[in-house]
Amino acid sequence: MYEFKFSRPATVRQAANLLAKTEDAKLIAGGHTLVPVMKQRLARPAQLIDLSKVEGLDTIEMKGRSLVIGAMARHASVANSAIVKANIPSLANLASMIGDPAVRHMGTIGGSLANNDPTADYPAAVMALDATVVTNKRKLKPEEFFQGLFTTALAPDEIITRVQFPVPKKAAYIKFRNQASRYALVGVFVAKRPSEVRVAVTGAGGDGVFRVPQFEEALKKRFSPKSLDGLTVSADGLNSDLHGSAEYRAHLIGVIARRAVEAANA
Amino acid sequence: MAKVSITVNGTVHSANIDPRTLLVQFLRENLRLTGTHVGCDTSQCGACVVHVNGKAVKSCTTLTVMADGADVLTIEGLAADGAPLHPMQEAFRENHGLQCGFCTPGMIMTAVDLVNRKGHDLDDHTIREELEGNLCRCTGYHNIVKSIAAGAKAMAKPA
Repeated sequence: MYEFKFSRPATVRQAANLLAKTEDAKLIAGGHTLVPVMKQRLARPAQLIDLSKVEGLDTIEMKGRSLVIGAMARHASVANSAIVKANIPSLANLASMIGDPAVRHMGTIGGSLANNDPTADYPAAVMALDATVVTNKRKLKPEEFFQGLFTTALAPDEIITRVQFPVPKKAAYIKFRNQASRYALVGVFVAKRPSEVRVAVTGAGGDGVFRVPQFEEALKKRFSPKSLDGLTVSADGLNSDLHGSAEYRAHLIGVIARRAVEAANA
Repeated sequence: MAKVSITVNGTVHSANIDPRTLLVQFLRENLRLTGTHVGCDTSQCGACVVHVNGKAVKSCTTLTVMADGADVLTIEGLAADGAPLHPMQEAFRENHGLQCGFCTPGMIMTAVDLVNRKGHDLDDHTIREELEGNLCRCTGYHNIVKSIAAGAKAMAKPA
């Protein structure tokens, strides 16, 4: 690891000020991506700003018809939250499948979204549920927030404070894991919302999470796995590596989407 | 340098450290608590699992400064020197839950955390799922699963 300074602000405002005035400063939440990346010397922040002591960033609550999750909520807290299980059980289920138990004690929803790893699970939920990412400056819809591989719309001094998930009618997330890394080779989050159906795919896209419009239209007419019969996804732009070709991933998206619809209807 | 004050196995330790110091380095090199191991050093293998504020975490992926003010429990803190072993340690011994022993401290700390979260009556499937983040290259896991099931039951009994 390269040298860095460490600070631990008590408020979002203090954190934002530190972030704005220090060149190459970086926020650290659970650190379960950033610390490994720093150990490999792939990142060299001059200063780390730890968000773990900022008050009120880890609350989980219902506000109106939305489930609001604080940016510092750990994966284990989301997975075990009675409020999440009662309102969007698919989201609790998704959180319970991230990493392993020790990783889930540290990793956070805000950290996962800010990193926008193309194989991360949360981006699929945010995209499919049309969640709003709230920062210290503004509110962002998923299409604005996710900007491609490891890229988001966040400004250098912008901090995610919470994520608002509108409660869907039905939803499910199915993940097909890479057998070695256990990350999503393909993960599909399907959500039946009052006005639309959304199908979001993680793990497969060269630019990160994306939606499948042809699946969404078919499922809007009838929310059944059968509606996807005969529909395919193009392999263009999908990841291709030693774990699976783009064609394999394209095929998997169809298979996993069917399973997700089945699970949502169960 | 950064000042930290961390309670480890019930004793408060204050130190002035380089912020780069990983928690596992602090435990092993500053405090000489070498029961916590570094296996893969990439948060896969779980040999470095300790409890921070009562929750199992991978100390190779946690900066010591992130644990400032926290309560840390390591394998050395499960049972006092010379006292009988912790029931989970005893169960690993009884059930031959280790061969080379390198992964054992992490396995036991993960197992105790599992019992704390999910109780004393654990089926094999649950134990295997929960061991996702702990690798053993000797045993084939069978006796580890047996040990944890037995240890979980033993932990229910008053000491």
